[in-house]
Amino acid sequence: MATVESSTKVVLGGRRGGPDVTTLRQDRWWVQPVVTVSVLTAFIIYSTWAAFQNKNYYVGATAHRDLISPFYSPCLANSCLPGSSHGFILHGWNLSPALLILLFPLGFRMTCYYYRRSYYRAFWWSPPACAVADAHKTYSGETRFPLIMQNLHRYFFYAGLAFNVMLTYDAFRALRQPGLGWGVTIGTLVLFANATLLWMYSISCHACRHLFGGHVKSFKKHPFRYWFWKVMTPLNAKHMNLAWASLLFVAFTDVYVRLVASGALTDYKLF
Amino acid sequence: MTSPYEHHDYDVLIIGAGGAGLRAAIEAKQRGLRVAIITKSLLGKAHTVMAEGGMAAAMGNVYEEDNWKVHFRDTMRGGKMLNNYRMAELHAKESPERVLELEQWGALFDRTKDGKILQRDFGGHRYARLAHVGDRTGLELIRTLQQKVVSMGTDVFMECKVLRLVHDESGAIAGCVAYWRPSGEFVTFAAKAVILATGGVGKSWKFTSNSWESTGDGHAMALWAGANLIDMECIQFHPTGMVWPLSVRGLLVTEGVRGDGGVLRNSEGQRFMFNYVADMFRAETAESEDEGDRWYDDHTAGRRPPELLPRDEVARAINAEVKAGRGSPHGGVFLDIASRRTPEFIRRRLPSMYHQFMELAGVDITRESMEIGPTCHYIMGGVKVDAETTATSVPGLFAAGEVAAGLHGANRLGGNSLSDLVVFGRRAGMGAADYIEGGAGPSGFDLAEVQLAVKDALAPFENEDGENPYDVQRDLQEMMQANVGIIRTGSEINFAIEALGEFAERVRNLSVKGGRAYNPGWNLATDLPSMITVSRCTALGAAQRKESRGGHTRDDFPKADAEYGKVNFAHSLANGAFDGAITTERSALLSMPAELAQLLEEGK
Amino acid sequence: MANVTMRVWRGDASGGDFESYTLEQNEGEVVLDVIHRIQATDAPDLACRWNCKAGKCGSCSAEINGKPSLMCMTRVDELPEGPITVTPMRTFPIIRDLVTDVSFNFAMAAKVPALLPPPMPEGGYRMFQEDVARGQEFRKCIECFLCQDVCHVIRDHEDNKAHYAGPRFFIRYAELEMHPLDTNDRRDLIREEMGLGYCNITKCCTEVCPEHIKITDNAIIPLKERVVDAHYDPIAWLGRKIRRREKKSATDAAVQPAP
Repeated sequence: MATVESSTKVVLGGRRGGPDVTTLRQDRWWVQPVVTVSVLTAFIIYSTWAAFQNKNYYVGATAHRDLISPFYSPCLANSCLPGSSHGFILHGWNLSPALLILLFPLGFRMTCYYYRRSYYRAFWWSPPACAVADAHKTYSGETRFPLIMQNLHRYFFYAGLAFNVMLTYDAFRALRQPGLGWGVTIGTLVLFANATLLWMYSISCHACRHLFGGHVKSFKKHPFRYWFWKVMTPLNAKHMNLAWASLLFVAFTDVYVRLVASGALTDYKLF
Repeated sequence: MTSPYEHHDYDVLIIGAGGAGLRAAIEAKQRGLRVAIITKSLLGKAHTVMAEGGMAAAMGNVYEEDNWKVHFRDTMRGGKMLNNYRMAELHAKESPERVLELEQWGALFDRTKDGKILQRDFGGHRYARLAHVGDRTGLELIRTLQQKVVSMGTDVFMECKVLRLVHDESGAIAGCVAYWRPSGEFVTFAAKAVILATGGVGKSWKFTSNSWESTGDGHAMALWAGANLIDMECIQFHPTGMVWPLSVRGLLVTEGVRGDGGVLRNSEGQRFMFNYVADMFRAETAESEDEGDRWYDDHTAGRRPPELLPRDEVARAINAEVKAGRGSPHGGVFLDIASRRTPEFIRRRLPSMYHQFMELAGVDITRESMEIGPTCHYIMGGVKVDAETTATSVPGLFAAGEVAAGLHGANRLGGNSLSDLVVFGRRAGMGAADYIEGGAGPSGFDLAEVQLAVKDALAPFENEDGENPYDVQRDLQEMMQANVGIIRTGSEINFAIEALGEFAERVRNLSVKGGRAYNPGWNLATDLPSMITVSRCTALGAAQRKESRGGHTRDDFPKADAEYGKVNFAHSLANGAFDGAITTERSALLSMPAELAQLLEEGK
Repeated sequence: MANVTMRVWRGDASGGDFESYTLEQNEGEVVLDVIHRIQATDAPDLACRWNCKAGKCGSCSAEINGKPSLMCMTRVDELPEGPITVTPMRTFPIIRDLVTDVSFNFAMAAKVPALLPPPMPEGGYRMFQEDVARGQEFRKCIECFLCQDVCHVIRDHEDNKAHYAGPRFFIRYAELEMHPLDTNDRRDLIREEMGLGYCNITKCCTEVCPEHIKITDNAIIPLKERVVDAHYDPIAWLGRKIRRREKKSATDAAVQPAP
């Protein structure tokens, strides 16, 4: 068996104590992975369905409400509903506009440190829970392709920022109702809440915390970065909650816009 | 000479991997010597990690008025003048440098606003003087030294218990014999010099803050090898140990709680310490609660509160309150910081105390008082050493840290132990290196001593119907707690001396079950001889010292006696056996030069 | 009070099995207390490591009901009803009963390139609380090795021990990389030899840490980001080339501190 090369010599392969069982844990350790798999699977099914719908994602033209689903913004395809695009069209793209852009938020979340923890545990069982045996015989972690690509998280983070700007712009646009002037509807609030949660999810990101503050050696010499890092750190501790909240709310926002656009629901005007 | 066992050869052998042992190793290694450290536990687990409050060094970072002279004076007064003045002087002068060098090796102390090392108040120290890291300073010290030692490539023999020192024909130290705890196999070490850094003896008492390791191995081995022990009757009972739940009774509550504003109250809610200020400390102690409270923020606005008197004074006061019927439900008194500081302050300054009480006692110290009482904590006595070199009377044998005596006199000030470790740990390394470079060294290795130690160690396996070592240990702890505890009287001490004779018999008649590999019962059986030896010295010293001074309080002689203030009681042993006859003699203190004596008069 | 039953793993490298001990339960006891009472009565040869019994030394690590925990900080009355299972740490080879051979960790410790500060100025270094606070969190580590024990990279894949330092040492590297005085650059070493890429941030180390150190969020992920800075971020790489800010690598013997 191999050894660890060091001044303290360690021969590997020694016999371990305790029974050879998957785990001795008696608590319900499987609850967490089951919940994760259920929610994420439901989200993936729903978002795939929604992305292929290619309709009911924009409200403005049909019901004088300028609401757009986050799955479809920015709307860049040929097929974009009138009024839903932001002025730039990719003429060659004839599929659903959602398919053009979903790669970026998907990539941001796939490479997110929190989601990695969750899906490595829940989907890949590596490990399913702490002190529960790994389901795989061999393991190379994130040292090889494709998982080495997780190191690109910061680029998806930057792209995510661009989307946040876009969706914030959409929320502001939802204040203006063509033909009715300025005002606020439930839909406006939904879009603002969605944009806010996405901003908080981005700002609480580990890469963000590193890039905008954590990478310095001396905070004393970089007071602004230190201030930012101090703001981000408590948010970062809530990254998991924000990841779930923003994910579910994105789906909810799409559902809401879809219901209004299809006419199943009237977007209630507050003032 | 060929050892029949696994054998190693070094220049300097250090027994014990606490702060003193590691610091000694660094020094000896820097001198280019072949150095090995032997420890009963894993590296980094030594009792040093339990030190919480900080390390005392007169750096003057918080109070510019502070300097080595004040620190020297505080140490001597705290030690009730029984100290080796030269050790106190060296310690006060050198500790700031020792603290600073730790930062070069990676220590991260808490900081002042201008980026210097922050210092905190502690009992008996006139100024805020303790460099600290929250309430885990000991951990920081041991980790820093451990990482330095490892980066220098020093050999560390872990979980290896030394049984006995080995001489050459001339009586100089030549090495030691030990066994590996994991396998139970014996091993011998030859060395030109041996440094003892084995720590304390507290495991012989029932309520103690000490771990299983503190069985006085170094004290006993030094005595068996021909060195002298002094001041063995001076044992510090830390005033604040946990008293409940019973399973954690004795566990330490840092003095930092009081340094940061915590106060002691009895069951009537009274801050009773104001009733227990001895004349010696009256001039520098607050007279009212208001005055004491002002002091925390500005030491010039009032005098220090009596909760911060030296530990022996506070421990005695708590004992008296409990005896007078004003104790807490579980037989202690209340330590209250909840009503005096904000929860945020408490959690930031005392994080491990917060967790300790929360997790072990279910007490939230930011809302409730802690129940505390005295616990056996530290032995001021130990091997008699030379201040400059830490050399004992046996050629080639050195001692530093808790196992050595002199620096703390009759009572140690909180925070002086961590600085003791690095100041005298370094001096031990230097002393041993100088000894070796001077050409001294053993001329042989007495295998007969090895064989005797091995035979004694294996005896409990031969004995079929002897006693369980755990029973003997439990009875010993109860006997010592009852008769040579915090308050002593002549009749009880004499009873203990008699009883220890019987305990020695019982130790000769132990049985152990199972094999030699990692057998705690056997390990304890090999610790018990040391425990008996040090307990005997403590009892003998306590019987002779017919006065009360520092960590030695006699009910039948409640006052200090100036005559006793001039002598140490020195113990020696003729035949090297743990139950052999011990001779106890008076040995005069070193006389202090006039300019140092002058310092003690100032500000009385 | 009621009785407590402990199922303790007894054995060594040649094999082993559970042995049950039933004792009276005392108020406020922790698991280590019960183990000690078993030692003092039924089984004086029951092997277990312990020192401070206060959660400060990190000696008494074991797995209680399958969860890596310190025996001295696990209260018996807070465990669910029924027998309590106590087994040795799974990741390290057994020596006897609850004692394992943790020398893997000491081998990794020996490989850490030490702090390399500039020469100390008169009166000591100046460092500021906001700069030392990050490292202080990691220096709370008591080296109980529970994070190493729970880490599936080596718990379930013995071969990875040859090239994976484990969470305890990632916090050590993070501490050094964030140390305001340090001038070494350990990023190559961390990626190539210490196996940072093997960590898939499943956060079990953080879950079991008795000192509540945020191992993953505050040490491992910042280290991963630092490695990205050095290896996977072409913009950062270009920036360094232009501004000529290459740090010296700690693997280079020339930047090792003198003993």
